[in-house]
Amino acid sequence: MLRLPNEIYLQMIGHCITGLPDEACGLLTGPYGSGEIVGCYPTRNAAASARLYEIDPVEILHVDRDAQKRGVDIIGVFHSHTHTDAYPSPTDVAQALDPGWHYVLVSLRDTHPVVRSYSIVDGEITEESVVVLTHAAKAS
Amino acid sequence: MPVEVRLPTLLRSQAGGQASVVVSGDTIGEVIEALVAEYPGTASQILNQDGTLHKFVNVYVNDDDVRYLSAFDTPVQDGDEVSILPAVAGG
Repeated sequence: MLRLPNEIYLQMIGHCITGLPDEACGLLTGPYGSGEIVGCYPTRNAAASARLYEIDPVEILHVDRDAQKRGVDIIGVFHSHTHTDAYPSPTDVAQALDPGWHYVLVSLRDTHPVVRSYSIVDGEITEESVVVLTHAAKAS
Repeated sequence: MPVEVRLPTLLRSQAGGQASVVVSGDTIGEVIEALVAEYPGTASQILNQDGTLHKFVNVYVNDDDVRYLSAFDTPVQDGDEVSILPAVAGG
């Protein structure tokens, strides 16, 4: 299960819309082994493409250092699909390296953005639920 | 000399769960060699069979990608921060 604060949920969608017509991407941080997202780092799409995304390793390095300072790790990546479903493409699966990461897809194909999350282990895609935490939910 | 290497989450299960390890070497090549000797499970994820750096892995010395320095011949000095990072890309 992926649990993320509403602010991060909106930040991801906003970054993806801002990135149009290209795909947009970013990194998510939290305790490794959990689905608790505590940080969102929108990044540039170094591929500058509507079909591909790539995060510049130096941006990954800087996010990793910031996460380390906060006692968490990079535990996921989000990116947009501008004209297709929020489902990992064969390219996404081929390049999904970490079995512990959350691979979040934001589809902008329809009027309303669709956000879904997956684990990808040895090429096998498993969807997980996405829980957006509102202030009321956090207080409970 | 001893060098601290920061590992991505991907490699930690092969290194006893550690986020960083200290290995010995005067160049990046020696550091990587020492790392995979101590934690053999990391080898296939860092190196190709011909011993070159896997394309899905980036190695940084401080803020510099070793591919743009002298690759495995890049010297490491006391206090340098070596980071191994996964490539993050897709379509």
